[in-house]
Amino acid sequence: MASVKYTEEHEWIRLEGDVATIGITDYAQQQLGDVVFVEVPQVGRKVDKGEAVAVVESVKAASDIFAPVSGEVVEGNPALADSPGDVNAEPMGKGWFFKLRIADKAQLEGLMDEAAYDTFVKNLG
Amino acid sequence: MSDNPAGPLERTPLYDLHRELGARLVPFAGYEMPVQYPTGILAEHAHTRSAAGLFDVSHMGQVRLTAKPGHDAARALEAIVPGDILGLEPGQQRYTLLTTEQAGITDDLMVTSTGDHLLLVVNAACKHADLAHLQQSLAASCEVEAMFARGLLALQGPQAAAVLARFAPQVATLKFMTGAFVVIDGAQCYVTRSGYTGGDGFEISTPADAAAAIARKLLAEPEVKPIGLGARDSLRLEAGLCLYGHDIDTTTTPNEAGLLWSIAKRRREQGGFPGAAIVQRQIADGAPRRRVGLLPDGKAIAREGAEIVIAGNVVGKVTSGGFAPTLGRAVAMGYVARQHAANGTKVDLMVRGKPVAAEIVPMPFVKHAYYRG
Repeated sequence: MASVKYTEEHEWIRLEGDVATIGITDYAQQQLGDVVFVEVPQVGRKVDKGEAVAVVESVKAASDIFAPVSGEVVEGNPALADSPGDVNAEPMGKGWFFKLRIADKAQLEGLMDEAAYDTFVKNLG
Repeated sequence: MSDNPAGPLERTPLYDLHRELGARLVPFAGYEMPVQYPTGILAEHAHTRSAAGLFDVSHMGQVRLTAKPGHDAARALEAIVPGDILGLEPGQQRYTLLTTEQAGITDDLMVTSTGDHLLLVVNAACKHADLAHLQQSLAASCEVEAMFARGLLALQGPQAAAVLARFAPQVATLKFMTGAFVVIDGAQCYVTRSGYTGGDGFEISTPADAAAAIARKLLAEPEVKPIGLGARDSLRLEAGLCLYGHDIDTTTTPNEAGLLWSIAKRRREQGGFPGAAIVQRQIADGAPRRRVGLLPDGKAIAREGAEIVIAGNVVGKVTSGGFAPTLGRAVAMGYVARQHAANGTKVDLMVRGKPVAAEIVPMPFVKHAYYRG
């Protein structure tokens, strides 16, 4: 069973084998409001943990999406170009952003599980 | 003070209603204002274009000018604005500017004559400075009365007239940029047929204690939904309308901003307002730069501050940019050097360090739909 981890930047990471799928959380999409444009990274790009690799734009503002772990981009979600609203409708499903083949699984260890993330969001007020 | 960003935020008479409606409230010009309601900005935008949207704009500054005996308020106001105020018939409204000696713009505003008074609506973020300026400039000739506690509701969209006429039948025949006193829900209001969406609609000035009840009555009509500041911005951007502090400010002249239409022939010729010599010189010689519409290729959004580039040279800057929901694509406006301002000119907009191809296009992006009778 795939395990899902969360970051303080309100991203989720679902690991299957050595490929991680990354998106933003329901809390994040609510905060952003209607998403109207998403820029996903090129396949083959090598990214470092913490690097800005994608952009999500709502009507009001642009936000960076950071690589939660280091790795190589193996796929960007092609559907978001025409259906950026998928990020609002299904942030943890068809609204995923990109997939990384991760370099070092140990980088996942500092991330939150669902219970920890829920507590983190509650404490944001 | 509301213009102190560190101070406590003020609330409009509709604050409790916004909370009840589930608005997301944000600090704006010293007030806690709704940026959107639960349906979101895209739905609010679409609803305003297809039906009727209700906006709380009570944060804006309402000011009343009354001539002192032996004086004329319109003549006095013309000393500090370039608009034709003397030519306003009772019930007529005009868009004008407060200008500096350098022909910069310190605010844009609406002026309506009621016959006995001039009613001004100025921007929220500028209202305290505007009031001080008006009081200082007009002290000899006018009583300058701040009415900052009053409510101001905007009802905008193709069904706004049908809705408002149920409460005040006489508004049905008001034409764009005219106004009248009407009683709504037992309260004496001043209604103008105007707005900030490019569409048909009204702005309704209400007594402070009547604003919430009137808003609730309007929202109870099936065509009406509440609309926040987010959609207010995307609607005005599609309409090509300037946002003060972004598209116009003390560094932009009326000529550069493409607002000469608001300066009548008599005022252009006679001057008599701050910065008149510069406005006249730029009419004769051309303004050094022009505000233009920008239509980017593709879907990337160029926002305020993005550089406008031709062949690697920076020729200007985006002052407003965003997603235009009616068009389903990004639009922007900005200033470019005069020699590059022609429609059809190809430019690049720098978005996150990368050029996005765009073309200079006429505005508005979405055709205006004002009611002219």
